[in-house]
Amino acid sequence: MKKLLTLSLILFGLTEVFSQDPLQVKGNFSIDAQYYREDSAIAAVVPDEQIALQGFGNIILTKGKFETGVRFETYLPAFVGYPAGAPWEGTGIGYRYAKYNGDKIEITVGNFYEQFGSGLVLRTWEDRGLGVDYALDGIRVVARPIDGITIKGLYGKQRFNFNDGFQNGDGIVRGADVEFNLNQLLDSVINFKGQWTVGGSFVSKYEQNRNPVYDFPENVGAGSVRLQYQNSGFQFSGEYAYISTNPSSLNSNIVDIPDSLDPSVGIFQYGQGLQIHTNYSKKGFGVGLTASSISNMALQSQRNSGPFDSWINYLPPTSVLQTTLLAQFYPYATQPNGEVALRGDVFYNIPKNSLLGGRYGTKLEVSYTHIQAPDFPVVDDFEVNRKGIEPTLFSWGDDTYYEDFNAKLTRRVSKKFKASLMYMYIQYDNDVVLGAYDYNNNPTKGTVFADLIAFEGSWKIKKGHNLRFELQALFTDQHLQDWFAVVAEYTVSPHWFFSAVNQYNYGNADGDKFNFPVVSTGYINGSNRISVTYGRQRAGVFCVGGVCRVVPASNGLTISLTSSF
Amino acid sequence: MKFYLLLVLSFTFIVSSVSAQDGNATIPSATVKSIDGKSFDTADFNNDGKPMIINFWATWCAPCKKELNNIAEVYDDWVEETGVKLVAISIDDARSQSRVLPYVNGSSWEYEVYIDENQDFKRAMGVNNVPHTFLVDGSGNIVYSHNNYAPGDEDELFEKIIGLLN
Repeated sequence: MKKLLTLSLILFGLTEVFSQDPLQVKGNFSIDAQYYREDSAIAAVVPDEQIALQGFGNIILTKGKFETGVRFETYLPAFVGYPAGAPWEGTGIGYRYAKYNGDKIEITVGNFYEQFGSGLVLRTWEDRGLGVDYALDGIRVVARPIDGITIKGLYGKQRFNFNDGFQNGDGIVRGADVEFNLNQLLDSVINFKGQWTVGGSFVSKYEQNRNPVYDFPENVGAGSVRLQYQNSGFQFSGEYAYISTNPSSLNSNIVDIPDSLDPSVGIFQYGQGLQIHTNYSKKGFGVGLTASSISNMALQSQRNSGPFDSWINYLPPTSVLQTTLLAQFYPYATQPNGEVALRGDVFYNIPKNSLLGGRYGTKLEVSYTHIQAPDFPVVDDFEVNRKGIEPTLFSWGDDTYYEDFNAKLTRRVSKKFKASLMYMYIQYDNDVVLGAYDYNNNPTKGTVFADLIAFEGSWKIKKGHNLRFELQALFTDQHLQDWFAVVAEYTVSPHWFFSAVNQYNYGNADGDKFNFPVVSTGYINGSNRISVTYGRQRAGVFCVGGVCRVVPASNGLTISLTSSF
Repeated sequence: MKFYLLLVLSFTFIVSSVSAQDGNATIPSATVKSIDGKSFDTADFNNDGKPMIINFWATWCAPCKKELNNIAEVYDDWVEETGVKLVAISIDDARSQSRVLPYVNGSSWEYEVYIDENQDFKRAMGVNNVPHTFLVDGSGNIVYSHNNYAPGDEDELFEKIIGLLN
């Protein structure tokens, strides 16, 4: 592959010399460094190196129809708790590709990210902040023979870890996808009401079975069909997916593959999932409803992967991603082995000069999420003396995994002052989601119930000068008890920001009180940004697809630099 | 081999720099989805010779929504005075994509909205974090960009738009 790339780069160089198209260079850099201090009260983790530095730089060269790109990555070492799965260490090339971008066909060799439909059977993606990178390494062809038809085919291995360069896992991933936009395709024949898009995907993975006892399938197939419909303010989309028998460490307890038949190994089963979204909106008003059922849907390119590694498909949590500081205590993570979920959303712009709208109008956002354990019929296979489940859809069990209700009002009070008020209720089964930990990094037992109130004010002091402040309070009896947080942020547009945050944990179970103060400042110039942060960071939780990862508490100084060009 | 790759890359880069005119970055080609599900090539974004704003945002990004809501309050005036068009690129994935249209309509935004569901366009534009705003002149050249949002940033953006017209 590297030879192929070198060759394509040379070709690229040659075409460059002879062709008329201008060369374009685009890319971005990101560097983060942290100095860690000891802080035993919050069990802060200090790495041996004391300083961690990680960064990356993407460079993309484009000339006419040709494009090539490379990403250098450096982890010397990576931050504590980073990345999510298999370690990223050292320094080297993390991603490289060459691409031909024709009018009707696009060919990529090397690394690429791809998504079929909503991602239920295939989505290879990256999130450098979280520390996930599921890039494929191989060949991808995308064809658009006529308007309204897109055909994709791909073949590759998948990034597993990074050791002075990215390293692929054992499995081979193959896939094809076709999508039709019926309006573009049949415009002259049929007069459709609304816009119709239909599609289907097939994905297969191969991994050799080295286990002498179990007959693990070496080829696993997955397929999906999808539909999207839109007519002005009305939108419907749905995707159904099926995965053939696919025992893995996540769904059949085969982490340490035993030498003899082990009763804890479950019966190998197929998986299926269905996600439906529907919404209606008009100017100033929007409602949405989502329903999802996931049954045995883990699809990884390596049978024995950890919970964060080698994901081929993407199972997004149904809950709304919360960015309010204290709401981040209890993020939900999709349970790939089974869950049933519902979500409702309302967006409403209360008109100005009405009773509730005030002089400038008021914005209301409400959302409700409910996620329940599935109630799968139990299957007992006496021939092999193993137990398992029948992965049915929308069979509601008794246990509530997660529930949240949140409502937010935002109103411009005067020309200079804007305010918002938010309330949130959370129910969080920590035995299942495993996102709540105490100060010794032990998971909290049982279900956590919490209430959160947050007030935010934004005050324009003079042209370009703005003060934003937040007051937040979180109340719970099950986890770390009550919290109070204050955020103050002063910005001078377009270059400077200064902020101070304190999170105060009063009355937690062992009677200790904790403050987590952090100050930071930054300078922004166009697409360059540098920031310096100093203080105590409480343990945080990152959730990706199916699972949550805990980033331990730390104390120290962080410098971050990002740049785009 | 890594060394050679680097060597070839730098060689290509140097040779190219000699022949290329500097500065005129245009919008790269990537595929995004319109709200009604059609595939759209980003290289085809244009505003009939008038300035265009390309803004990367997400429904879960508070400063992004602040920026687009604040611009929405003055957008009619901007369009009237300069003919500018704002193209809002949502990087919401399958988790929150179904919230994009209700949020856009619920907020009474009049922007052109596209979805970059697997962040292909975000990567092509070299965007690190959202919000990230680009200003494109009438000939399709990217002339200004700004990362992050602080209230008042829209005033600078507007000055840059005015600057393009003079």
